[in-house]
Amino acid sequence: MSIDKQDVQKIAHLARLALTETDADQYQHSLSSVLALVEQMQSVNTDGVEPLSNPLEMTQRLREDIVTEENRRDAFLANAPQTEAGLFLVPKVID
Amino acid sequence: MNWEVVIGLEIHTQLSTKSKLFSGAAVGFGAEPNTQTTLVDLGMPGALPVFNKEALRMAVMFGHAINAEIGMTSVFARKNYFYPDLPKGYQTSQMDHPIVGKGYLDVMLDDGTTSRVGITRAHLEEDAGKSLHEDFQGMTGIDLNRSSTPLLEIVSEPDIRSAKEAVAYVKMIHSIVTYLGICDGNMAEGSMRCDINLSLRPKGQKEYGTRTEIKNVNSFRFIEKAIYTEIERQADILEDGGRIIQETRLYDPEKNETRSMRSKEDANDYRYFPCPDLLPVVLTQEYVDNIKATLPELPSQKAARFQSEHALSEYDANVLSSSRAMADFFENANNVVKDPKLTANWVMGELSKLLNQEQLDIENSPVNAQAFGELLVRIKDNTINGKTAKDVFQAMWDGEGSADAIIEAKGLKQVTDTGAIEAMIQTILDANAAQVEQYRAADEDKQKKMIGFFVGQVMKASQGKANPGLVNPILAKMLKG
Repeated sequence: MSIDKQDVQKIAHLARLALTETDADQYQHSLSSVLALVEQMQSVNTDGVEPLSNPLEMTQRLREDIVTEENRRDAFLANAPQTEAGLFLVPKVID
Repeated sequence: MNWEVVIGLEIHTQLSTKSKLFSGAAVGFGAEPNTQTTLVDLGMPGALPVFNKEALRMAVMFGHAINAEIGMTSVFARKNYFYPDLPKGYQTSQMDHPIVGKGYLDVMLDDGTTSRVGITRAHLEEDAGKSLHEDFQGMTGIDLNRSSTPLLEIVSEPDIRSAKEAVAYVKMIHSIVTYLGICDGNMAEGSMRCDINLSLRPKGQKEYGTRTEIKNVNSFRFIEKAIYTEIERQADILEDGGRIIQETRLYDPEKNETRSMRSKEDANDYRYFPCPDLLPVVLTQEYVDNIKATLPELPSQKAARFQSEHALSEYDANVLSSSRAMADFFENANNVVKDPKLTANWVMGELSKLLNQEQLDIENSPVNAQAFGELLVRIKDNTINGKTAKDVFQAMWDGEGSADAIIEAKGLKQVTDTGAIEAMIQTILDANAAQVEQYRAADEDKQKKMIGFFVGQVMKASQGKANPGLVNPILAKMLKG
């Protein structure tokens, strides 16, 4: 299975990545080889094998419902390029 | 054409945990922006989520309440999309293995019939932050306090066939989650939000029509209105021979219309995959059974008990059990007066009237259940009649003290001394000799109508304090002469 250039641009858009034409060619090629590998793996008989959601043979640890964190807003906001009134500022998302 | 509406609902309920789903930050409404966040909630690289035990317990509890299969192994998945209030670039949710599987609810409709609504699943997920689009130097402000707040998303089957049924179903979910104490049910603060999937098909057709999804409707009234307007919009398009576009829409309560939010070109492709940061959640049968044993009495069970134990009508029992707070108020007041019918009438009558007038919840009633019960005791033992009791109740509401204190202070005690009542009636008969003559000359049917005049005079003379149960027979006897 291979993917075309449009698929590459769509995937890039979903990940909000800007690709040049050259990049897109390259990714089309490398993503297609990944899919080829997956296709090869699909020939393995997996009848009766449970899908694996995590390779670790462990189950999730649980946390007590206790508030353990304090307000560190000033430290967090200090990392942001722009802030106002305790908010992170980002480019306007709606008109 | 005759259209049938097909509705499925997705209800997001915010679980009332103290801390977040995946971090130890506090959960709370109305805090200063970004003061309840951690590195995990901000999506900082390397920060790892740890799952909140209490959120798990609440989800399993809900599963039991809707007769659902519990997911003994559930898996968190990443739902990928870009939005600035979702700093990680994905929402941690559940896809193939939700914590709660198939269940159902029997919903009671206004006409007294019951309809079963299937519940496909309920899964745990984290909420996103909040975007503030007011003008901040031409930019959007982001508050991440809500980020990673635990949500249980309850997905129904497309089993609902009317706006009324949809509202009845949402009210029932609301009542269950508040009974269970797993959600505060505050819709105005966003603790419960509803997405409506709606399509039309010609009556009798099996296949579903194309549906639209109305996002984030947050009151019972808006759910009903949004459904009516969307039915109308879709019917108009279909009648004109048009096609419905599958899309996400927004309900605008001010204009009472739905409008398109996203076009199909932008249809979301969430690319779900199992979250590598979280391991599968595996439950033991013992854990699941133990939670089942802690389930409180649910609304439908309570309604059934109110009918059998207190001999209330089905209607009264349903109204009184619709919220846990109202049911508790009723039971606590009734424990004082031990007269369920009287208590039911007063809770659903005077109390509800004043609560509505002042737009108060029963939890915030200025008269508590104990004091309310004490007032009812004074009606039951004939110290005051029902009419006087309303005045006493108003005075209690206004903070003038207990029922007994008000009755004493205002001298409202009923006259139950038959001698005193006879004397009072005699005075009235003497003063109205002409009416007495007319009464005696009239036939029985007419007399029944005419006696009201004399009762009125007696009540007036006694300033409402004469016990009507005594006045009526004595008056009838004395009028006979």
